[in-house]
Amino acid sequence: MIFRSEASRGYTLSAPATAYVGFLVAAPLLILIAYSFWTQTYVTLDKTPTLKNYSDALADPLVRHLMLRSIWIAGAVTVVTVALAYPIAYFIAMKARKKTIWLLLITIPFWSSYLLRVFAWKLILGFNGVMNSALMMLGLIDEPLDFLLYNEFAVVLTLAHAWAPFAILPIYVSLQKIDPSLLEAATDLGNSPLQRFMRVTLPLTIPGIIAACLIIFIPTVGDYVTPALVGGSDGKMIANLIQVQFGAANNWPLGATLSLIAMLSVGFVAIVFVITATQLGRRIR
Amino acid sequence: MKRPSTLTAYAFLYLVFLYLPVLFLPLFSFNSGTIVAFPIKGWTLDWYRKLGEQDTLIQALWNSLGVGTVVAILSTAMGLFAARAFVRYRFRGQRAAEGLVMLPLVIPGIIVASSMLVLFLFLGLKPSLLTVVLGHTFLALPFSVSILKSAFDDFDASLEEASYDLGVGVFETFRRVTLPVVSPGIIASMLVTFTVSFDEFVLAFFLSGNQPTLPVYIWSQIRFPAKLPNVLALGSILLLTSVLLLVLAEYFRRRSSASEVR
Repeated sequence: MIFRSEASRGYTLSAPATAYVGFLVAAPLLILIAYSFWTQTYVTLDKTPTLKNYSDALADPLVRHLMLRSIWIAGAVTVVTVALAYPIAYFIAMKARKKTIWLLLITIPFWSSYLLRVFAWKLILGFNGVMNSALMMLGLIDEPLDFLLYNEFAVVLTLAHAWAPFAILPIYVSLQKIDPSLLEAATDLGNSPLQRFMRVTLPLTIPGIIAACLIIFIPTVGDYVTPALVGGSDGKMIANLIQVQFGAANNWPLGATLSLIAMLSVGFVAIVFVITATQLGRRIR
Repeated sequence: MKRPSTLTAYAFLYLVFLYLPVLFLPLFSFNSGTIVAFPIKGWTLDWYRKLGEQDTLIQALWNSLGVGTVVAILSTAMGLFAARAFVRYRFRGQRAAEGLVMLPLVIPGIIVASSMLVLFLFLGLKPSLLTVVLGHTFLALPFSVSILKSAFDDFDASLEEASYDLGVGVFETFRRVTLPVVSPGIIASMLVTFTVSFDEFVLAFFLSGNQPTLPVYIWSQIRFPAKLPNVLALGSILLLTSVLLLVLAEYFRRRSSASEVR
């Protein structure tokens, strides 16, 4: 044996992975923080520490608007995705006979390129796109519907599709853990199926629902591809503005500041959500 | 009993919702018209034939294949050791370490991408395929760790102990006992991490500089309506490739769970 203790073996073997992830989380964050206190005019970077980026960003109505809209859209996406996914998770966990096949069917589309799935929605929802042309061919509408693409609705629909497995799997796992004797007890005590669901099943799956919400909400706030492709000008989100700072506008300090503001806002909303959801879960019981 | 049947109907509708949008890409890739709308004008394979003539596309394909392969090897190697440590040994801070390795899954893409760009330039690394590899390895690591953790979960520790008792050294035991048993898990991890890298866009968009990967190339083509049929054909091939790779990965993952020695 090379290493004497179990612990030292554990540390040594896991070190490459933890050090790699740790470094690539911490180092960029520190540099991002440093950048956010610097300023840039055209190509010259001024390293005198200042809060100007923060005051500029927070005073800018566009930043506030995009940040609030990102949080609002991410919230809507989370609610819609989880609401659509819950019955599926319930079906697979409680009713379906071939559970593994269903789980596989749910996850396969997720493995196709995210960019291509969003692109597919752009083609479907477009003014001269798949949906409008199909509806017109069937004679259901006379002229193309113009409210399908380039708005918040398109963003929410596309992301509810993209995140589906992320919502189904955690809820499925929490449903799977429910002890069947609890359900039998509820029935024996005279609960109707609906009462039983509200009093036993739903409260017991709150951890799964919280996990699903966080897994969807956090990446959605910072999503770039979907708002860029199907959002139009009404569906732009904070990530699009951040990308502009690192790209065309070439103002990295402001981009870094926006990234940090986005990260802090996401963290804040997530913490508030977890606390409220846990409280709510207790009250249902 | 009306409720179960409505639920089943809903489940099938949901499957249609999941699959239909994706299936429009291959459907319209065979359409001879250049507008993506019904009715379909006629059927053709021309768009597929024209793919081979595009040099920038072929270059982007090679870039993606190269990046994906290196990412698969790097993340699976690190994941292999980490997964073994997490499953086999108990140590202080283990839960924190396992949580840390899963972190790349939940950080918003734009923040990972922008912060890595800043870091790499700070370190003097120009955006290139190398920086894409470094970024993708970071994103792929949680996948390889969780796949390999389940491979080690099913691995009987007494096999290794028997080997030590017979006087075989640590490295030789790893090579002759551990590795063969967990190899289906390793293959599954390599296939999945390759696919994660092959399909990833936002990080590559920020970090690839003037060496586009395939998704970055597609992004540059999406804006031109004239290029649409080509993107559809290319996209359909990519969809098929990803799904095939993952079905294969699932097969090996199942085998790694089934190969438990009693």
